[in-house]
Amino acid sequence: MTEPLKPPPKKNPQRRTRAPTRPSHFRSRAALGLAAAAGEGRFMLQVCDRCTAIQYPPRDACSACLSIDLSWKDAKPTGTLIAETTVQTSTNTYFRERSPWRVGTVVMDIGPSVIAHIHGDITVGEHVRLVNRLDRSGQAVFFAMPVHGTDNPEDDLQMREMTCDPKFRRVLITDGRNPNSVAIAEAFVKAGASIIFVGESEAWRPYPNQSALRGVDNVEILPLDVTDTNSVQVLSGEISGKTDILVNNARFIRPGGLFDRRDVVFAQQEIEVNYLGLMRLAQSFGPVMRERAADGTNSAVSWVNILSAYAWTNEPDFGPFSASNAAALSISQALRADLADSGIRVMNVYVGPTEDEWHQPLPPPKVTPGSLARAVVTGLRDGLEEQFVGDIAEDLIKRWRDNPKVLEREMIANRGRA
Amino acid sequence: MSKIDNDPGAVLGAFAAAIGSGDVKVVDLTHTLDPDFPVIVLPPEFGQCARFRMEEISAYDHRGPAWKWRNFTCGEHTGTHFDAPAHWISGRDLPNNSVDEISPSRFFGPIQVIDCSEGAAEDEDFELTPALIEAWEDEHGEILPSSWVLMRTDWSKRNGAAYLNMLEDGPHSPGPTPEAVQFLVDKRNIRGFGTETVGPDAGQGAHYSPPYPAHYYLHGAGRLGLQCLTNLDRLPPRGAFLIAPPLKIKNGTGSPLRVLALVAQVAAPHYAE
Repeated sequence: MTEPLKPPPKKNPQRRTRAPTRPSHFRSRAALGLAAAAGEGRFMLQVCDRCTAIQYPPRDACSACLSIDLSWKDAKPTGTLIAETTVQTSTNTYFRERSPWRVGTVVMDIGPSVIAHIHGDITVGEHVRLVNRLDRSGQAVFFAMPVHGTDNPEDDLQMREMTCDPKFRRVLITDGRNPNSVAIAEAFVKAGASIIFVGESEAWRPYPNQSALRGVDNVEILPLDVTDTNSVQVLSGEISGKTDILVNNARFIRPGGLFDRRDVVFAQQEIEVNYLGLMRLAQSFGPVMRERAADGTNSAVSWVNILSAYAWTNEPDFGPFSASNAAALSISQALRADLADSGIRVMNVYVGPTEDEWHQPLPPPKVTPGSLARAVVTGLRDGLEEQFVGDIAEDLIKRWRDNPKVLEREMIANRGRA
Repeated sequence: MSKIDNDPGAVLGAFAAAIGSGDVKVVDLTHTLDPDFPVIVLPPEFGQCARFRMEEISAYDHRGPAWKWRNFTCGEHTGTHFDAPAHWISGRDLPNNSVDEISPSRFFGPIQVIDCSEGAAEDEDFELTPALIEAWEDEHGEILPSSWVLMRTDWSKRNGAAYLNMLEDGPHSPGPTPEAVQFLVDKRNIRGFGTETVGPDAGQGAHYSPPYPAHYYLHGAGRLGLQCLTNLDRLPPRGAFLIAPPLKIKNGTGSPLRVLALVAQVAAPHYAE
């Protein structure tokens, strides 16, 4: 069993905060396919289109037949740990700071042998399940997990390096007014977060979940309006040094296509909240969180954006709203790049229509606050970068990957039926 | 015959001297433009009034080494603001109905303050009625033509959610009845009407006939409005003088502005009516 993680002591103010270091560095373009899969929590390997050989590590050509027609396919992730070693020291600063560190060789049931980081609960000869995870460099690594149930597997220190587990971490949910804020706060309580800061804009205007939010354990309500640069800067000044996970759920949405209005008033609000709001948060909180990415058990670890799946392709009945999310998706990539050196993960959680007043006339399926909240926590535990929640978002990204132009035509054809 | 009758320049000279000596006190009736100051809230499917916002352009730094400045944005009806007749559908076809077209002389005028603060403290839906106006006139004299009538409620002393006082059935704050506005416009020919609340109408003003009677009757008759005023408790019932020029916005329906009242501290017999 894994020694349960202990609540971190209060920080010693005389000790320098440890600067983040990186476990690995740039890899080949072929290997980045593995990182893309890890970002979605998928275990994928290259499969040769010509001879069907499954290969690892990723290469530009098939190691069996030299074909360059290789596809990434979901693969059965089980195998047997045949050897293990404990690295006592390393020339790499990251591992030196975290040694001893266990690695091992796993022979997969489907053929390839892989070098993997290994969980503390497994021993040589044991059947294991491999997971594909992003390390703090954002590179994909395999991690061998026990297949049998163990206690607190997520508390394994090597495992925790590969995830963004909320346990004992402090969370900021940026928009208490969003109908999903209570469900998200409750999910973090359940996941063991120690403090849940919730931003509240315009306290002079009541909102439906105002009292429910105040009833959630460990919630602290603080003033925050993502459309007000000063408000973001003030809150950042107060709590960015103890924000380990930032969940930006601020959203402004009004239904309607481009021709439904003759003004840009709602579109401006959508840009102010959905795009510039994210940018303001990033400029204030990002640089501080980046410095705390290796700060012990409750280090800064993740930045979560809840975006519309229509960031990928415009839904014309929500045309300007979709456009604001496309802008947010783009700036989230800039944020990911600026946080990459620190190891802080940017996770975008994409949803289709959500269960709220602005999608009220639409038929199901719609994403409920509860399922969104579960996805946020699960994604953090799996250290994901991209998550598509609900049938509509999942289907949309599948079709986008198949052919974005075809999808654009489909969005026109399906108008009014969404 | 006084000196002032012979020398027109002496009027302003005496005025300047009175301001300088403090014999005429300047009272600021304006709230600070603050990003968190409430604005009127409409059903969310309608467009909303923009909040006051500022973005720094530079602050003696790499963005502009020797200077500090900001861009600000807001609505025509954000913060302490002026309503022009063009603001309401009843005033849309009137001539000179926008802030840039209104004769500047109309931005000044004598102030009559009707103190409703006791009533508003007891009843958040307190109504200013013709009977109350007449009772005020019995005590202070008839409202002067072309004057600004300001409804004092001490509502400006409320903070946070208590200011809009938004409940499930809408906001609750004091305001005039339709008959009171008609009385002020038709019988007393006032220049404008000002309040401490977020608008000239009561919070529940949508339920009068016509809805929002202060907006409807004032602007329909080409009169002006002032909202989100403060410090009305520092004004005498009559005798103060208002200065309220809005920004000269092309076709503007209103404007945030600095509203000042001049209050004479000493009697000046030779200025008497």
